[in-house]
Amino acid sequence: MNLTDEEQAMLAGDMGEPVRWAMDHQVKVGEMFDAADLVPVSQAHMMADPESVGDAGVRFLENLADQGARVAIPMITDPRGVDLNYYSPLGQTEAMADLDRRTIAACTRMGILMTNTCINYQTIMPPVFGDHVAYGDTGVVVYSNSICGARSNFEGGPSALAAGLTGRTPCYGLHLDENRQATRRFVVKDQPRGLTDWGVLGAVAGKMAGSYWEVPVIEGLESVPTSDQMKHLGAAMASYGSTPLFHLAGITPEALRPADVGMDRLKPEAIDKADLDALRSTFGGKGDSVDVVVFAAPQLSLVEMQRVAELCRGETFKTPVIVCTSPQVYADATRMDLVSTIESTGAKVLEGTCFYNQYAREIGLANGWTRLLSNSAKIVNILGGYGYQPALASMEDCVASAIAGEIV
Amino acid sequence: MTEFKCHRGVGPKVSGEALVADDNFSARYDLDRIKGVFSRPQHKLAGQSYKDRILVLNTSKGGVASAWMLYEMKSRGIAPKAILFNQANTILVQGAALADMALCDRFEDGDVTRLFKTGQHIEVDPQAGCVRILE
Repeated sequence: MNLTDEEQAMLAGDMGEPVRWAMDHQVKVGEMFDAADLVPVSQAHMMADPESVGDAGVRFLENLADQGARVAIPMITDPRGVDLNYYSPLGQTEAMADLDRRTIAACTRMGILMTNTCINYQTIMPPVFGDHVAYGDTGVVVYSNSICGARSNFEGGPSALAAGLTGRTPCYGLHLDENRQATRRFVVKDQPRGLTDWGVLGAVAGKMAGSYWEVPVIEGLESVPTSDQMKHLGAAMASYGSTPLFHLAGITPEALRPADVGMDRLKPEAIDKADLDALRSTFGGKGDSVDVVVFAAPQLSLVEMQRVAELCRGETFKTPVIVCTSPQVYADATRMDLVSTIESTGAKVLEGTCFYNQYAREIGLANGWTRLLSNSAKIVNILGGYGYQPALASMEDCVASAIAGEIV
Repeated sequence: MTEFKCHRGVGPKVSGEALVADDNFSARYDLDRIKGVFSRPQHKLAGQSYKDRILVLNTSKGGVASAWMLYEMKSRGIAPKAILFNQANTILVQGAALADMALCDRFEDGDVTRLFKTGQHIEVDPQAGCVRILE
């Protein structure tokens, strides 16, 4: 890899051990992906929930902080594993909370902003067109690449941290123009309506694309999706297909003229109602029992919180309901009485977590929850691997099911 | 001694016993990381120990969380020695770099899960971009 004089100095340890580790890590990763050099990034976003970081990872973070590590660019975090104001009732242990407290302390010492959100593109500082960033969380990356026209690979926690410390990332994958051209062309034959429909479309497109190195372009949409709809579309596509970038013909910024992403060279492949129904049919059905209803993955925007609150007003739930949102939205939703309205049903709003990365397996075991209902196509994909039998329904039907105590 | 060329990888030169399957790899969803075995019932290596083995699989799956997991597994001494893929994803390469675990992919002679057999003693040299069968 070609390194500047400053980068050579970083690698030689002239700027301290944390920066040396970070540059060494970036050179190793960059060489495996044939990166010619590094590219400056404007922000980093790190997934560092304690379930995945573990005790060893927390000690690694603490060691860096002890050595004086300090981030060089604005760096923010993905959801935490524990809502420190509400964990014992979920069956989460003091050991889990302590691991999270230690992570927060180490990150804070390094100058990392504990935003604890996977919807930073709706709440913190969305990247702009052409912006090179180093983001973790596949949902954040796919949204930022596709909707904002920013440039990021999937950066796991260690790599996002390395980028935060050096202010750069290896220039491979989606930082390069040639990897942003479409490779598959999907034609939508059945228009999505609600958020769950958009998630299902994303899931089907992701499964069909099926690899980090494929870029779908989707045509045939009759309306411009909202930010929340795009959020569910992208999060599901990334979850089912490891897809880091998609284009919507005539809608997303790099595909305003679809020929710019090479759509005219590709064979059209239909996504019709049968494809969408086939995906839905794998996740639960009317009359099934339900142990818990979850709204998460991604965290809810303020607009989604308002919609849930409207559906909740005056109702009482027979089934436990968990709602996950970001600390930024939580503060607003509390001030606007949305949290109190939702919780008056018996539901619980969690702040700064997302259900699937907050020890979902252990929470399920502690509470006897296996049949989980959600409107998120992403979460029903993930939680099958954690011992749940997930079911999928619209937000409206999820709330009605919580009232009825079974899937309506 | 048979030698197969691959793309330059990450991690140190190691040798060990191969554990091979035409299946994929998710550190988060395929493993019981405490016991050190493949635990997802549908996985072709279900029930098999991965401790100190050289895993040979098709590709890596899973979200960004997996990047921390190889490091955590290695810190407890219950980890594979190396992993060989047809194609790795970005996350697991980053995770192997953190863990200082040998990882290689993109073999010149085709499907890696057919180049090696379970039980063979093999040597992985990521910097040279080659893997040798020692017996």
